[in-house]
Amino acid sequence: MQTLNQCKPGESVRVTRVNGEGAMRRRIMDMGITRGTELRVRRTAPLGDPMELFLRGYALSLRKSDAETVSVLPLPKKKGTR
Amino acid sequence: MEEKTLRIALAGNPNSGKTTLFNVLTGSNQFVGNWPGVTVEKKEGHLKGHKGVVVLDLPGIYSLSPYSPEEVIARGYLADERPDVILNVVDGTNIERNLYLTTQLQDLGIPLVVAINLMDAVERHGDSIDTEKLAKLLGCPVVCVSALKSTGIDEAVTTALLAAEQKKYMPRHIFSGLLEHTLAHIEEYALHDYPEEIQRYYAIKLFERDAPMREKLALPPERLAHIEEDITKAEAELDDSSEGAVISERYAFVERVVGACCKRTSGKRVSATDRIDSILTNRFLALPIFAALMFLVYYISVTTLGAFLTGWMRDTLFGAWLLPGARRILEGWHFASAAVSMLVDGALSGVASVLGFVPQLCVLFILLAFLEACGYMSRIAFMLDKLFRRFGLSGKSFIPILVGTGCGVPGILASRTIENESDRRMTIITTTFIPCGAKLPIIALIAGALFGGAWWVAPSAYFIGIAAILLSGIALKKTKAFSGQAAPFVMELPPYRLPTIINLLRSVWERVWSFIKKAGTVILLASLIIWLLSNLGFAGGRFTFVPVSKSLLARFGALLAVLFRPLGWGAWEPVVAALAGIVAKESIVSTLSVLTGGSGPFTPLSGFSFLLFNLLCVPCVAAIAAIRREMRSAKWTAFAIVYQCALAYAVALCVYQFGIWIAGDAFTLGTAAALLVAGFMLFMVVRKVGAR
Repeated sequence: MQTLNQCKPGESVRVTRVNGEGAMRRRIMDMGITRGTELRVRRTAPLGDPMELFLRGYALSLRKSDAETVSVLPLPKKKGTR
Repeated sequence: MEEKTLRIALAGNPNSGKTTLFNVLTGSNQFVGNWPGVTVEKKEGHLKGHKGVVVLDLPGIYSLSPYSPEEVIARGYLADERPDVILNVVDGTNIERNLYLTTQLQDLGIPLVVAINLMDAVERHGDSIDTEKLAKLLGCPVVCVSALKSTGIDEAVTTALLAAEQKKYMPRHIFSGLLEHTLAHIEEYALHDYPEEIQRYYAIKLFERDAPMREKLALPPERLAHIEEDITKAEAELDDSSEGAVISERYAFVERVVGACCKRTSGKRVSATDRIDSILTNRFLALPIFAALMFLVYYISVTTLGAFLTGWMRDTLFGAWLLPGARRILEGWHFASAAVSMLVDGALSGVASVLGFVPQLCVLFILLAFLEACGYMSRIAFMLDKLFRRFGLSGKSFIPILVGTGCGVPGILASRTIENESDRRMTIITTTFIPCGAKLPIIALIAGALFGGAWWVAPSAYFIGIAAILLSGIALKKTKAFSGQAAPFVMELPPYRLPTIINLLRSVWERVWSFIKKAGTVILLASLIIWLLSNLGFAGGRFTFVPVSKSLLARFGALLAVLFRPLGWGAWEPVVAALAGIVAKESIVSTLSVLTGGSGPFTPLSGFSFLLFNLLCVPCVAAIAAIRREMRSAKWTAFAIVYQCALAYAVALCVYQFGIWIAGDAFTLGTAAALLVAGFMLFMVVRKVGAR
């Protein structure tokens, strides 16, 4: 199973499960990362972490260690940004 | 009968434009930045043109979860104080995540009006939102506003006032059958004694196993156990935790609503923000651009334009015209010479020495406000997170520090966006290590008078400030008190927006005005008192005017001076000046100028030690009050103060003692103490702690 932190910039994925618990999981899900959500990895920060995601029409920054709790399924490449 | 006030609460996501709307509604002057979390506590104002209506600006929130302090403040206010109506500000360009909060606000059972902001931006992107359909699907009135251009405001107000008359609002059922069934069961079983409109909110929070709600309702254990059975059963069927299932179903509802009401074409092309970010947060260019920008900000405000304006104010406007002019006028009126001296050398010079820095601050504040308002601030946090984490802080710690270069008070308040409690405490303690606007005069004074305006003095002050923050981060993180649980670093990167001139000027005015007010009040008074104490004393058994060196102040300062002798400035004048700095850092310079008519009795080394001590030491009373408010604990406030003073003393001691030792002085007790202190600090930074 692939997790979000392993995704490369430009990759689009669908969320299959958000693991973790408590405040961590709640915050990640509150921001819109829920089961079935499609999102794209836009880029990683200059020092390699955190990553910038694009989902539900907005940009979100997430640390790789937190992204590790999100299981994803890669989507076939689409043209354009979304 | 007394007229009852009606309360409209503004709620919404961070950065959705609530504060801009608040300013329009109340005609007030709150600064608006373009980074999430500008408003960190609730603000109140009267609705313009409507008597007896109060508007509340709540901090921006993403959710009504029990975890972050803003969310606790906002939901505590909404659920317990129950405003008459909630005006939910929704960013039209980011509608899905904004409506997610709307679904939670609806559960509270308070009349709700959705105000879609930034509609002009939505249309500019070629998108559209069918507001009539949206109102029908959400089951509450929807209006369009542009907070920036003040359009749609009257309609929003009328709609909100009309909705408030309904008194209550029955939440809609938006979840799947299974979840709704479980919630209904909890309501029926445990909540039927509560008002009908609040039952759903309570039931959802119980279902989510929300700790504050459990505590508040204080249900008997057997009831809780029964509810727990329901929850576990639902969780098994939903294949998710109860909390997660509620969130997922809310988003599923929002997706259905958005799919039916909104047409989006903008997702198909690369946005301007993405293009700008591909340069500004580019892997290779980002850090050089950032460094260049920071250098430019300080080059313009501290070295060139700001220094030129400030020099002119101090030397020409005050030094050559106003002060001699005032003296001539007073003498012309035949004032006693003591009175003339008190007013001119005491009060006026004190105030002038501080006001002279106003142009410099204006330049600095306008540049900082631009960075805040355009959206670059969040990118800085994004870029520097990995670096700061290495020092036990978070990328978000940089925002308080950067704001703190203007003034420590908003800097400390800005720390509230940091979720992790121990990161937040650490940021509050260390933010004021960075020189604030009021400390610039000290730096300028020491650099100018003792180092001939050497270029490296000002940058070294910032460098030492940053080093103090980072090394404190490492050392404190290794102590038990700061080894807290990890919290996620989740941060929105808002689209870039060009700030409006009026908003920039508003921010600069607000901050500069508070500086000027301080000069006219606290510093005027402090200068007068210090002049009096430094001119009065006992001589020949009488209380009378005496030379400064025999004054009350000199005696008091001399008592304390012995403590500061190891730092190289054990004379009474600098000691008194440092004490005056606790009132306001600006008065360090004004006190030195009143007491010595210049920069004080320093050698370059002792002057540098004095500078370092004052940079790192406990901030002014206003900032201490902010620390107290943010820590929400007397114990932690005391820790912050003690830590700051101890570090300031230790650093100044080491610099001075090593300085004179290297310069060829003998190895003394002071050198030994400094070695010991330096060794201890080094140990705290490099020691290894076992895995936790």
